[in-house]
Amino acid sequence: MTVQEFFHAGGYGFYLWSAFGITALVMIAEIVIVRSQRKTVLQRLKRLARMENS
Amino acid sequence: MNIKWFKYAAPSTFYPLAGRMIPWLWVSAVLFIGIGLYWGFFRTPSILTDQKEYYRIIFPHVAAAWMSMWLYIVLVGWALVGLIFQTRISFMMAEAVAPTGAIMTFIALVTGAFWGKTSWGTWWDWDPRMTSELILLFVYIGYMALQSAIDDRRRADRAAAVLALVGAVTVPIIFWSVNCPDPNQCTALHQQSGMGKVDRNIVIAMLVTSLGFWLYSFAIIFQRVRNIILERERNTRWVMALPEVRGGK
Repeated sequence: MTVQEFFHAGGYGFYLWSAFGITALVMIAEIVIVRSQRKTVLQRLKRLARMENS
Repeated sequence: MNIKWFKYAAPSTFYPLAGRMIPWLWVSAVLFIGIGLYWGFFRTPSILTDQKEYYRIIFPHVAAAWMSMWLYIVLVGWALVGLIFQTRISFMMAEAVAPTGAIMTFIALVTGAFWGKTSWGTWWDWDPRMTSELILLFVYIGYMALQSAIDDRRRADRAAAVLALVGAVTVPIIFWSVNCPDPNQCTALHQQSGMGKVDRNIVIAMLVTSLGFWLYSFAIIFQRVRNIILERERNTRWVMALPEVRGGK
């Protein structure tokens, strides 16, 4: 099987790779969102900690 | 057995425990999804009964569909524990599970649409299984909306937990919408989920990918619950003493 054949998937490439692509995209987006939420909450907590110390 | 469950139920012990598990969960999730998809693309026949290459949508589709139902059962479990024992961590877990459950439901629906277009010639049909899965998505969204709409945390937690319990009727409906006891009453467009006649390698790839999705869910839910713990416990001394809060920058 060549690379072209693999992605062509017997003419169903569009459907097959769209389904896989959207799955990957949504899962990666979830990871990015959760990471940025952690950054936001940590920034807030650091500010609170500084206020307590001063 | 003398496991100190209530010790691990304290957010201050669970937070670092989850933190230590997360890297391992990610490594194993990537490994299992990788092996599952490798098996699914290179070890399987290019047709499944009357279905051509597009049948390989089955791997993310089935994995996400199973997780969408399983995570809802987990959500209901934590909601119940929270309602009965009033433990803080259980409501945090319930809150952390919901978005991933919704995402898995969304993936199941979208991959199903692409599969449906090729094999049935339509993106969508109001078939019992598809309709009940769509309702599950709305239940997840409703849970999250209610959770965030009420300002009082304790009331939000309990109201959302009750909604989760009521919404639990959708899970058996999804399950039996194609696996009904009398085949003559199964008029669904959606295939029955029997694995007996399917090629062994397809089943292996499906199970390994599903295990990978399960590990992914574990990893991302633990990350999210850590965020929720920090947010909700921000007035406690242990959060303020954390190195990531005190440390440098």
